[in-house]
Amino acid sequence: MELGKDLVAASATPLVLAILLEGDSYGYAIIKRVATLSGGHLQWTDGMLYPVLHRLERQGLVSTRWGTSDTGRRRKYYRITKAGRQQLLAQQEQWRVVDQTLRGVWLKAVKA
Amino acid sequence: MNNLEEQISHWREYVRRHRTIGSRDVAELEDHLRDAVGELTGAGLAGDEAFLIAVKRMGSLDSLSLEFAREHSDRLWKQLVIPADGEHAGASRSELFVVVILSMVAAIAIKVPPLFGLEFDQHEDVYARNLALFVLPVLATYFGWKRGLGLITCGWLVLGFIAAGMLANVYPFTRHSDTGTLTALHLPIACWLLVGVAYVGGGWFTSTGRMNFVRFSGELFIYYVLIALGGMVLTAFTVMMFEAIHVRYAWFVQGWLVPCGAMAAVIVGSWLVEAKQAVIENMAPVLTRLFTPLFTLVLLAFLATMLFTGHAIDMDRDLLIGFDLLLALVVGLVLYAASARDEHAPPGIFDVLQMVLVVSALLVDLLALAAIVSRISEFGFTPNRVAALGENLILLINLAGTAWCYGRFVRHRGSFAALERWQLAFLPIYSLWAAVVVAVFPPLFNFA
Repeated sequence: MELGKDLVAASATPLVLAILLEGDSYGYAIIKRVATLSGGHLQWTDGMLYPVLHRLERQGLVSTRWGTSDTGRRRKYYRITKAGRQQLLAQQEQWRVVDQTLRGVWLKAVKA
Repeated sequence: MNNLEEQISHWREYVRRHRTIGSRDVAELEDHLRDAVGELTGAGLAGDEAFLIAVKRMGSLDSLSLEFAREHSDRLWKQLVIPADGEHAGASRSELFVVVILSMVAAIAIKVPPLFGLEFDQHEDVYARNLALFVLPVLATYFGWKRGLGLITCGWLVLGFIAAGMLANVYPFTRHSDTGTLTALHLPIACWLLVGVAYVGGGWFTSTGRMNFVRFSGELFIYYVLIALGGMVLTAFTVMMFEAIHVRYAWFVQGWLVPCGAMAAVIVGSWLVEAKQAVIENMAPVLTRLFTPLFTLVLLAFLATMLFTGHAIDMDRDLLIGFDLLLALVVGLVLYAASARDEHAPPGIFDVLQMVLVVSALLVDLLALAAIVSRISEFGFTPNRVAALGENLILLINLAGTAWCYGRFVRHRGSFAALERWQLAFLPIYSLWAAVVVAVFPPLFNFA
């Protein structure tokens, strides 16, 4: 099963924020985490993550710093900010509403 | 593994060409790519296989750079014409407002002296000395606003401009004095340093800040020339049309259209440079690439001709200024070539060409200096000649250092960064010398 483009795009923000809530991370690790969490159903083109991260940074939802990896390479780390946490809560609420609405209407469809 | 490094560096070069992806973004993507390659080789793939798959997973570069362009719409030229959506729109609109206001301030500033009875026809020397002061403080204000300068930096800039204003107007220059002309020529160079401090947001001491200011200066010059061409067309049509209906237009064209337009164009040009940063391939480096070989050829031809014919340089009065300009131009070519160069790239044919250019300019200038020194007793020390000689020496030292750095770099003994540092360290010296000429020369030469 492959998810539609719009759905992948819409879920990117809450997903990235939720992963960063688990701890600071960097691009490659975030993509790995998404693949694991979704059981491989959510396939992102690797490069697409970075514009999303940069947008979150511009919106002040994440902060960044340059560090070094274990192998000594320069690596950009992302951390969720306070605004990011609030945004995540708001998004969770919105997704819950969408989820409930869909469930309601689908349940009815099954009964009818 | 070497092969892999090579492939990655090719990839990096390729990504860099997509201007929407900045160099920091490339570094981030490269870290990602290396992680992916590492994991795939860990799973048993050969290096180049792993590289292919990792690149493929990164996504096609066209769609990738499109995504980056969407996110970083500030890197896009279209932002100028098409208002960006979302929060960007507000920012660019308020900037447009500031630019319009400041352009009007600059345009009106040049009409202030007539209010005090200083008409252009009788006092063109006053206008010439103050030309930089009509517009550069306004330009510094624009960058001060844009970069959110701190109060202390603002204070220093204001002091600097006040000092410049006093130097231009307090000394008792006569209408045709040489030192007055020197002030008119050198004050803009001195004040340009103040603009630079505002441009880099107070961080004048970082080399990236300076390099950005160099880029800005070159681009502004090109924009200004373009705007001036457009202004000439506008003026020509104005003249033609009003002449056709026999209405007096001279007061408007000479008194308002040309001077006010010339001032406002500085602000508008600066705004255009700011707005289109890093989107279109910068023009100044392109022109540099085009003209470096041509100037090298001309200089070499000149040296060869001198050698063959045995004609010495006949140093007449104004020739030294001409050679100063030649050196300044060569320094400009070196600077703009450096500004567009990847400092980690190995030396190439163009670097050798640049070195030949610098060395031949040095030789030509040494010949010119020898000519002037041998006849300096005949000329005597006038303010013009001392100023020109000082400038010549500064540029000569700069180019000698540049030639030395290039020599080391081309022979793999030094890095390009050293050359860049040398050039950037010199930037304030031009302005400081100009300030010395403005401040010290008039009293020294008795306001001649």
